[in-house]
Amino acid sequence: MNELVFFINNVVIAGSVSGSIYAIGAVGVTLIFSIMRFAHFAHGDMMTFGAFMVLLLTTAFPGAGAAFGVPSALILLPLAMALTALLAVGIDKAFYKPLRAHGVKPIVLVIGSLGVTLMLQGLIRLFAGTSGQSLYVDDRKEIFRLALPFEGARAPVVITEPQLYLFVITLVAVIGLHLFLNRSRLGKAMRAMSDNPDLAQASGINTNTIVAVTWVIAGGLAAIAGTLLSLDVTFKPDLSFFLLLPIFAAAIVGGVGHPYGAVAGGFVVGFAETLAVFNWSVMLRPFRDSLPEWLTQSGNLAFVGTEYKIVVPFFILVVILVWRPTGIFKGKVI
Amino acid sequence: METKRADTVAAPRRFPLREVILFAAVLVAVLGVYAVMGPAYSTRMLVEASCYAILALGLTIQWGYAGQFNAGVMGFVALGGFCAMIFSFPVNPDFWESELPGELGLALLYMIAAVVVVFGATRLNRLGVPKKLRTVIAIVLGVVLYLVVVNAFRGVTDQIESRAGFIGGLGLPVGVGWIFGGALAGGVGYFIGRVCLGLRSDYLAIATLGIAEIIKAFLKNSDWLTRGTATVSPLPWPVPGPAEVGFTLARALYLSVTAVVIAVIFFLLSRAYHAPWGRMIRAIRDNEVSAAAMGKDINKRRLEIFVLGCILMGIGGAAMASFNTMFDPQGYLPLNHTFLVLVMVILGGPGNNLGTIFGAVAVYIIWIMSAPLALFLMDMAVAFGEGAFGWEAPTNLDSRALQARVFVIGLLITLVLRYAPKGLLPEKVRHHG
Amino acid sequence: MPLLDARDVHGGYGGMNILNGVDMTIEADEIGVIVGPNGAGKSTMLKAIFGLLHVSQGEILLRGEPIHNLPPNKLVQKGMGFVPQEHNVFPSLTVKENLEMGAFLKPDNVKRMLKQVYEFFPPLHDKRHQPAGELSGGQRQMVAMGRALMAEPSLLLLDEPTAGLSPLFMNEIFEQVKLVNSAGVGILMVEQNAKQALAIADRGFVLAAGQNRFTDTGAALLADPEVAKSFLGG
Repeated sequence: MNELVFFINNVVIAGSVSGSIYAIGAVGVTLIFSIMRFAHFAHGDMMTFGAFMVLLLTTAFPGAGAAFGVPSALILLPLAMALTALLAVGIDKAFYKPLRAHGVKPIVLVIGSLGVTLMLQGLIRLFAGTSGQSLYVDDRKEIFRLALPFEGARAPVVITEPQLYLFVITLVAVIGLHLFLNRSRLGKAMRAMSDNPDLAQASGINTNTIVAVTWVIAGGLAAIAGTLLSLDVTFKPDLSFFLLLPIFAAAIVGGVGHPYGAVAGGFVVGFAETLAVFNWSVMLRPFRDSLPEWLTQSGNLAFVGTEYKIVVPFFILVVILVWRPTGIFKGKVI
Repeated sequence: METKRADTVAAPRRFPLREVILFAAVLVAVLGVYAVMGPAYSTRMLVEASCYAILALGLTIQWGYAGQFNAGVMGFVALGGFCAMIFSFPVNPDFWESELPGELGLALLYMIAAVVVVFGATRLNRLGVPKKLRTVIAIVLGVVLYLVVVNAFRGVTDQIESRAGFIGGLGLPVGVGWIFGGALAGGVGYFIGRVCLGLRSDYLAIATLGIAEIIKAFLKNSDWLTRGTATVSPLPWPVPGPAEVGFTLARALYLSVTAVVIAVIFFLLSRAYHAPWGRMIRAIRDNEVSAAAMGKDINKRRLEIFVLGCILMGIGGAAMASFNTMFDPQGYLPLNHTFLVLVMVILGGPGNNLGTIFGAVAVYIIWIMSAPLALFLMDMAVAFGEGAFGWEAPTNLDSRALQARVFVIGLLITLVLRYAPKGLLPEKVRHHG
Repeated sequence: MPLLDARDVHGGYGGMNILNGVDMTIEADEIGVIVGPNGAGKSTMLKAIFGLLHVSQGEILLRGEPIHNLPPNKLVQKGMGFVPQEHNVFPSLTVKENLEMGAFLKPDNVKRMLKQVYEFFPPLHDKRHQPAGELSGGQRQMVAMGRALMAEPSLLLLDEPTAGLSPLFMNEIFEQVKLVNSAGVGILMVEQNAKQALAIADRGFVLAAGQNRFTDTGAALLADPEVAKSFLGG
């Protein structure tokens, strides 16, 4: 039974955690792609920026959350989302809009977004340094240990407070996005513009407004993803390049331009990663007696070492590109 | 038959004023550095700039000739550096005189056998096995054999690490390593290109970004092959080293080697550019649809260009590692080895070889000189901050000041894209008709 | 005052002039039809009116107010609707959502106009929850026209509404154009099926090489032997 607990802790929970974060990030990437038709490489740094804003705010108001009984970082998250959304809109106005106005190829926008990535990285590291910092400035990270009601399950299922918040907020964000896209006038206009930008303009939809709304949503979601990731582990300024690949892989697996696909893709990539680095020899232990010796003898049956985690999203990406470039949900062919 | 090609007729020879002015400016800057920093330092800077020029030529082929954006130059540079190390580093007797080479060879044989078996399984449908069953068999076989091979490797590599340190080099001439560096980088480029080049260019950018990080992770963590973070040094030079003839002369000799490499690449590229192959490339670049309509195999040409660019990056990376006399996988950074090269290319003029070389030297001088400048500015700012607001200076100021360069490179990329999208020496694109 | 009054319109793409002085006048409640050979600038004229193309010379007036070179969303506000020839629906949006997008600038109209559009095009009511991309060509054309009508335009521009449709659907579309027109909407459309189109036209414009060749009532153009010989295939 302990093996099952081990599996839940190391695969189910860990996979859901990274899956949620990739999903929120991939939704932003896929929305930006469907409206502006380019792969936004600065997304990882927008996530970092959001987390950094939370860090700054939490440092400034460490006691903000005490009144509500939640970590201060969480109370201040909406403010950080607004700031990140503002940053995203500003970046678009300053750097992407002039390029779009020139009618450049999408790949030039990709290069432009790499330029933005470097600028954001430079600024964040300039102010935050390069070392990791905890977002729990004045709060204590609660850790819940749930004992399983089974015979022989001695080890508890361990889940931390930020992980619970992560699941709840991811669920809220996905439902909220669904309602926005399908019920609200602006959300429908966003889908319309993603379908056919010329016709959207001919219908009187102000495309500049839609672009701005897209950045607000993408920026807000990026702040959520960055903050929740930093709450779960620590805030690190140089995470972005390692986040980009899984997020893009998730968006492409789900079908680019397909928000629900991005959510599914995020969890596919998240679970694939944790399953790949999971040491399967633990799971074989209960069957030790009935298995051949060579299989049980080796202590490590993980597919890849944790240091090669980044290979997993890349592998998924290559497989999907070779096998089905539109993604599993038939997104746009880019 | 006296026929002249339309595009040679259409371009009247003009005095290359722009080129002369820009290169004169670079020359002045170089002389300035010589005057201030001394010949040994300045020659080292030039050698490094020349290595970067080789990388930039590789990227300018991909981006300027074919519109392929490679966001993972770093990975190909690292592969080149790895080959320079493994081929030229002295032989490690601890490894070769033990039974470990045999065991490593056996593990490699396992790997090849596993690949053959899995590949065979994917062809089972030809023997009448249903396609779905074939896929299941192939996947299960792949997973099981993968685990077996990985464990076999892990056993051998752990032995190598504990008993011999690492497998050591082959003790071959430096040039061999450079050539194989190009070949290895080209091979990896072929794999990436095959997967991505038929799709939109964004995919190539994502995939190259990923493969670069993977290559780095592999080289960093494979202690048995590269000593990982412990680094391998000293790597031999293709010319007499500083110990024999002094810093300045040795570096000048090295510079002459890289200069010859650049000259050869430049010459071959110009030849190819004016040959039928180059004309076809330009036709594809100028109008992909009509080139395809004329029956050109666009994807094949694109793959050729991409692989060629990667080969140059491999060679440049090898030259760089040899010059540093050290192979340090951790030293490969996206900023220094991808984005710096990108700035060189887009500033100099994508697709324009001369412009690219200009961009490489000019940007490298700015890059090298910006570190002391950034520190100086940072000190000023801190002094000001302490004086005016009573701030406490952060402790790790040096590392933070260097982050300013990240910002500057990013700003430079966006500014060039906006205000000089064709670079300072634009490549002229002729539109036929 | 005429609903649309275009005078001596010049324009084109990237320096190449396609329109070399086109005049066009439509009164409210009229159907205007533009016909002419390929490359005469028929669709280009429509795009110039709808602000999708730079007008370099001449003027276009909507109820006496100059509108040339205004962006499309401004023109929608001023009561103009445009149905492009191709890609004229949002394929992943449902029929109802497509129609709602037409009233994006006038959200208060949605309920009332939806009812009216369903009355014009009854098949759309049954398919209102289906993605528009799954509809047949004729039904898509209805969605496209319905979408443009949602903003209650006084002038509707149609670019070859019957292109690629079978003769059966073609007649249906012409009937619906007449129906929409009888509800008080001025129509200006480009058509390949010149005879059928001129038959319902109050005004016909025969363009050639970016200029007016013949301008008259639809019936008169149909009766003109010269027009028949050179443009209507005998």
